[in-house]
Amino acid sequence: MTQQFYVSPEQLMKDRADFARKGIARGRSVVVISCEDGIALVAENPSPSLHKIGEIYDKIAFAAVGKYNEFESLRQAGVRYADVRGYSYDRDDVTARGLASVYAQSLGAVFTAEQKPFEVELAVTEVGSSQEMDHLYRLTFDGSIADEKGFIVMGGQAEKVSSAIAEGWHASLRFRDAIRLAMRALVTDTETGAKPKALPVQAVEVAVLDRTSESSRGSRRAFRRLNEADITALLAEED
Amino acid sequence: MQESTANQVAGNATSSFSEHLQRDRPELLPYGRALPAGSGPATPLQVPHATTIVALSYGGGVLMAGDRRATMGNMIASRHIEKVFPADQYSVLGIAGTAGIAIDLTRLFQVELEHYEKIEGTPLSLDGKANRLGAMIRGNLPMALQGLAVVPLFAGYDTTAGIGRLFSYDVTGGRYEEREHHTVGSGSVFARGALKKLWRPGLTEAEAVSVAVESLYDAADDDSATGGPDPVRQLWPVVYTVNRGGARRVPESELAAVAGSIIEARSSARREA
Repeated sequence: MTQQFYVSPEQLMKDRADFARKGIARGRSVVVISCEDGIALVAENPSPSLHKIGEIYDKIAFAAVGKYNEFESLRQAGVRYADVRGYSYDRDDVTARGLASVYAQSLGAVFTAEQKPFEVELAVTEVGSSQEMDHLYRLTFDGSIADEKGFIVMGGQAEKVSSAIAEGWHASLRFRDAIRLAMRALVTDTETGAKPKALPVQAVEVAVLDRTSESSRGSRRAFRRLNEADITALLAEED
Repeated sequence: MQESTANQVAGNATSSFSEHLQRDRPELLPYGRALPAGSGPATPLQVPHATTIVALSYGGGVLMAGDRRATMGNMIASRHIEKVFPADQYSVLGIAGTAGIAIDLTRLFQVELEHYEKIEGTPLSLDGKANRLGAMIRGNLPMALQGLAVVPLFAGYDTTAGIGRLFSYDVTGGRYEEREHHTVGSGSVFARGALKKLWRPGLTEAEAVSVAVESLYDAADDDSATGGPDPVRQLWPVVYTVNRGGARRVPESELAAVAGSIIEARSSARREA
């Protein structure tokens, strides 16, 4: 019979965290920006059908980096959680805070108890009636949860992209400016050192949570995915 | 081992909200409750009933309208009830029958469509929506046999075919596509008669609204469970149109004008029936 090696819990958790971090660092980045018109979610993603950004509920969106099958199953679980909650209580009782804490618990449980931690990082965002009421939660593979202000950057070159966003971010951005800023910042991801130019629209996935969806579109669902033509039109808009 | 895991994953993957509830939270479903055998009430349960929905096609889309009355036996239970609801961006749903169950079924159906759209990233086809609604009505069959029946009417714009389509159902969930117009509920026979005379192919949207309101007026005239336009309380039918641009609720002001002109025409004609 072979003797089981002893591994300290400290070492075990560190190994798992390193493993998850490596997996996430391979992925391309996602940027979530709170602005005057609502919340813009921009991901570098060449696939037109495999989404990194998704709708969860009326005012709540989801963005993720890492392993597709893992965050996709989390997204679907989130949609189920939100729909069951909204159906059994009321639509107003579904909040990003509730959803984020459910995600934190599942990620935490998987991190400590399962064979392998999830190689994902998530953002759960809720658009409010004013910018102060926007919620941006960042969740990492070990179940830690952070309440961010202004913007979230996740994925491969998160630090570089993040500093580029921090330079250009201010509260009164419109969707157009926020998307331009995100597309410029995401370039630092791939073309390090070279003069940054914006990504082509084919290489990004963009969605927004409209702050005024009820009055402007007559829809309580604030989430709107922008297709290539929408993005091109939005970016071409003059000040 | 591997195959069974794959089967399990595939088996658990459902885009249907009602299937998910059936599996995880069956107590939340409006139907499917096992009622104790042989203990049905001698007289049918006295619960609010919703009556008379009309739906018709017009040039470019479909329209659905419902009156505002709910009755409980010979009493008026509500003068404000709404029986026509948007199901999603391109479809609407009208309900006749036991109001409580019908409203819950509507809510479930709305979540069902939205849930599918969010999970799959694409909306359900119009036929898919119509079939899901049929399955839900079939799920309610045990309750229907106890006297708590719900009969819906479903209308939507088929974005692939580019036409408005109309579906009726029976209590067993049978789904029937209607071509021109259809009505359900206790006043439906009278509304149907009116529609037969007033409807013609290629109505404009404004004409369709007027035809629908007039057929509801006729239903209310002869069926005590259907409420007519109420100028005292300023209550008008609920009317939705669905076309290429999506579902739209016809505003009260428009309906007030249409109902007003019908009442005027009827009173100036000086006819009894």
